[in-house]
Amino acid sequence: MKGAAAVAASVGGAPRPRLLTRLWPRHTPMPAEPQRLESRDLEPTIYRFILKHSLPQQLALLLLTFASFPFLYFSLSLPKTIINHAIRSDAPFPQPILGMDLDRVPYLMALCIGFLFLVLMNGAFKYYINTFKGQLGERMLRRFRYQLYERMLRFPLAYFERTSSAQIIPMITAECESLGGFIGDAFAIPAFQGGTLLTIVLFMFMQDPVLGGAAVALYPIQGYVIPRLQRKVNELGKRRVRTVREVADRVHESAAGFIEIHANDTVKLQLTDFAHLLGMIYDIRYEIYRRKFFVKFLNNFIAQLTPFFFYSIGGYLVIRGSLSFGALVAVLAAYKDMASPWKELLDFYQQKEDSRIKYEQIIEQFQPAGITSGQLMLEEPDSIPPLQGELAANSLSLAEDDRNLVVDAVTFSINLTDHVAIIGQSGSGKNELALLLARLTRPTAGRITIGGHNLADLPLAVIGRRIGYVGATPHLFAGSLRDNLLLALRHRPLRPAQYDEALERRRARQLDEARRSGNIDFDLRADWIDYDSAGAANAEELSRRIAEILIRLDFDDDVYNFGLRWRIDPAGNAELTRRLLHARHELARRLQADGITKLVESYDVDRYNTNASVAENLLFGTPIGPVFEFEALADNNYVLSVLDKVGLTGDLIEVGRQVAEMMTEMFADLAPDHEFFEQFSFISAEDLPAFAAILSTINSSGIGALRQEQRQKLLSLPFKLIAARHRLDVLDEAMQQRILNARHVFRRDLPNDAKGQIEFFDPERYNAAASLQDNILVGKIAYGEADAPERVPEILGEVIDTLSLRPAIVDIGLDYQVGSGGTRLSLAQRQRAAIARALLKRPDLLILNEATSALDGQLQHKVSEGLHEEMADRGLIWVLHRASLARNFDRVLVMSSGKLQEQGPFADLNHKDSLTALLIAAE
Amino acid sequence: MSLQQEFELLRRVPFFCEIEPAKLKLLAFMSERVGYDAGKTLFRQRDRADAAYLIIEGEAEILVETPSGPVTIATLGAHEIVGEMAILCDVPRTATVRAKSRLVALRIGKDPFLRMVREFPNMAVSIMRELAHRLELTNNQLLTALTELRRLTEDDAEAKPPQASPVADKRPAVTPAA
Repeated sequence: MKGAAAVAASVGGAPRPRLLTRLWPRHTPMPAEPQRLESRDLEPTIYRFILKHSLPQQLALLLLTFASFPFLYFSLSLPKTIINHAIRSDAPFPQPILGMDLDRVPYLMALCIGFLFLVLMNGAFKYYINTFKGQLGERMLRRFRYQLYERMLRFPLAYFERTSSAQIIPMITAECESLGGFIGDAFAIPAFQGGTLLTIVLFMFMQDPVLGGAAVALYPIQGYVIPRLQRKVNELGKRRVRTVREVADRVHESAAGFIEIHANDTVKLQLTDFAHLLGMIYDIRYEIYRRKFFVKFLNNFIAQLTPFFFYSIGGYLVIRGSLSFGALVAVLAAYKDMASPWKELLDFYQQKEDSRIKYEQIIEQFQPAGITSGQLMLEEPDSIPPLQGELAANSLSLAEDDRNLVVDAVTFSINLTDHVAIIGQSGSGKNELALLLARLTRPTAGRITIGGHNLADLPLAVIGRRIGYVGATPHLFAGSLRDNLLLALRHRPLRPAQYDEALERRRARQLDEARRSGNIDFDLRADWIDYDSAGAANAEELSRRIAEILIRLDFDDDVYNFGLRWRIDPAGNAELTRRLLHARHELARRLQADGITKLVESYDVDRYNTNASVAENLLFGTPIGPVFEFEALADNNYVLSVLDKVGLTGDLIEVGRQVAEMMTEMFADLAPDHEFFEQFSFISAEDLPAFAAILSTINSSGIGALRQEQRQKLLSLPFKLIAARHRLDVLDEAMQQRILNARHVFRRDLPNDAKGQIEFFDPERYNAAASLQDNILVGKIAYGEADAPERVPEILGEVIDTLSLRPAIVDIGLDYQVGSGGTRLSLAQRQRAAIARALLKRPDLLILNEATSALDGQLQHKVSEGLHEEMADRGLIWVLHRASLARNFDRVLVMSSGKLQEQGPFADLNHKDSLTALLIAAE
Repeated sequence: MSLQQEFELLRRVPFFCEIEPAKLKLLAFMSERVGYDAGKTLFRQRDRADAAYLIIEGEAEILVETPSGPVTIATLGAHEIVGEMAILCDVPRTATVRAKSRLVALRIGKDPFLRMVREFPNMAVSIMRELAHRLELTNNQLLTALTELRRLTEDDAEAKPPQASPVADKRPAVTPAA
């Protein structure tokens, strides 16, 4: 941790905490797992990075490489011995090996076995070195990526307003990928190839100093010219990386602005702009190729130039008799061997330059001004006492682009138990003020203190646990609603996960590996939930607490409905499924008692359900997995065989024909993208011509002339028909009876291997594949009963309440998957989910930044009331999107052009000509 | 009752009778059939109008709120349409409609209907013609009423006010058959 403090000091901008170490002494919550939470600065160059984090490994790699040389040398020289001494007939025998005298054949065998051994050893060395290099590279890459990601989490908020994530993603993913490979080679290749080269040069000098000199004569020139040429290539490389990032950014922007692009027909401009960018990349790339290959050309040329000296100078020397012919041949051969290591070295040089630039370009992006101190972000104080006392802002200012003051010398002080409204027009600085108070942005000047502590010096552990903040467009993470709520309670692992022996070993290995790469070594599977901070003793109490909060925010009905649509696994929920089955019977009884059984048409294995589709009637169950998906039934061989068995295939195709005829007649004149297709048609606009073709084939040559796939196309139509809804004559009672027969055959003959693909409806059994609601209804809400859509859920709700099932269903609703970014929830739902999340950790101060803007008036009122109650003895600062809502607050701060214009109780401010009155009048 | 029969019923409604068959079929297909038990309300006075109803079977009564409570001003039977004016313009319901007996009706949604009108100009022309016809009818009624009024006021002072025909949007000359 000492190192971390030093790092924090060197980061600059963020003041270094001194007082805090005393106030909140650090400690480790799980002593079993030592934590290393320091965050490091990035090394300025890739070689510094390599040396700092992998010097011993690099040395080991070098040693290994050199240790492999003797084996390589012997494996090259042994064949000569075998030929010269064992195979050639003039060799004298017996020959000695390891103190034993061997005859020719045993000698040959011994040498061959020796050769085999050397080959194996070479392979083993190669295997080991390569794996070692790979492992080293991967660990370093892991460390590097981790460092980048950790730094990204420390970026100032403004960074993300300026830079899209599309620029950051490739840096952490693709751009650094090749660095791993390079890091393994960073020392091994120059040492190995350089060593080889040096040996050869030495050999040549020993043969003849003049020729040796000739061989290396051009190296200084190469050493001077090539880096200069390379420098230009490097420049271009940098530009290319920047441009590619811009491309990523542009793609991201286009995806985000898809609606605007189409709504304004700016497609051509976008395409042109994109083409322009691609053109820039092309130009850069082309220039790189020209220069890069020129470097290669020059290099090859110089390499070829050297033999010119050999032939001319060497030949002259041989003719003059001052050099032996043998020596010239030996030097020439040696020179040929030089080409390979020289080429390798040159490639390595280019790769090194490439990696160096990549590294520098990446880390350059990861050092924005105003980065948060790593220590403040990760520090874990011993205990976190509640914030209390006074919250004071002292000449608080925030500049945008270093000039324009969006918050201008704001000074106020409030009690931490006050409920304070902040109002103002948009652009008045009220939203920025809220961000400053939650320390999500840092003030340019001035400071905020809470209970005497400077907000800037508090560790994130204090801010993020004692202060709640919700903005207008809160983010939900992909996963369940429950996970999203519990996010506010998961700060660090509190109770270690239980592992069996094998898993424990695996975990220990993962831990070790994480530490070797300088990653955080917490256990993802430990229990991270801080029940204490939610005021709960255990999971059960926490569930109750969540339910309470949901009711406060009038969100429980939404979650209840999520629950009804969700599925549960009966295996783990025996008691609940029993109660749900009970609810099923109770609902049936209620419908019976009220004389409204017609509102729900129950599934009865011996009756056709007119409110269900033909597919549902045929299967009489819920498909599990894709085999019996309703959309794919017409392609399912087993289904087809059943239809054949009961002689229904032809008739269903005929039904399909009639449906197709109707659809083509009705939808023929509509534009292909007309929404009626989506809403009402059985046939998509793209398929309409195909069906029209099928119909004309039938009209001219009869149904028998259809190809197999055309028949299947027709067959797919009737499966979607719902008798009560679509009211088509073709699905008359006789036809329904025949489908019923098919249902029985389908069940009777279902092959064993398909039994897991479907769960049949059964009045006495819980259906794991169906939703809770379907399990209680075991039937279809009737079409054509005006009452049904409202009355059935109403009765369902009543039954659920009588059986006290609602809390259980709300609890299951918490498992509802909110989708990426929470897109499966409406904004009003997301906002309430985020407020619930903030309330769950019982913050001492809750800051809401227009956090209920999507709620309608009535809901807004209810939520606001609930929040005032919930936060009764704690602080609430609420930036309101409507000034009139400020009525119920202890104090009101009125912002205008970045300045705090008015403050005080609402009654005092709401007089004629006050800004408050103006704001209310403007609504 | 099938889609085909609903289509036949729609064809007999003057409001729709001029629309070409394929489009009328589409309209029937996009509409839903709804059943109401006796006493259930189809819609209430002052509600936002979102659909017209073609009565397939049963009877519906039309009620208007008055200071002394709701008053039934008419009863509709099978094959009659109610609320069709409201799906053409954005006015709230001018009366409450309630099922008098078990009632089955075809609910023609405002959105799909208007979109069809926009899609097929011929449909708009048919409807305009029907509306013009109704306007003429109403004009005639107004003229008769005015003449009657003048006669009464001229004749003598103690004459009671004439029985004005109720001007709920459901009533005036909805169906000649009514």
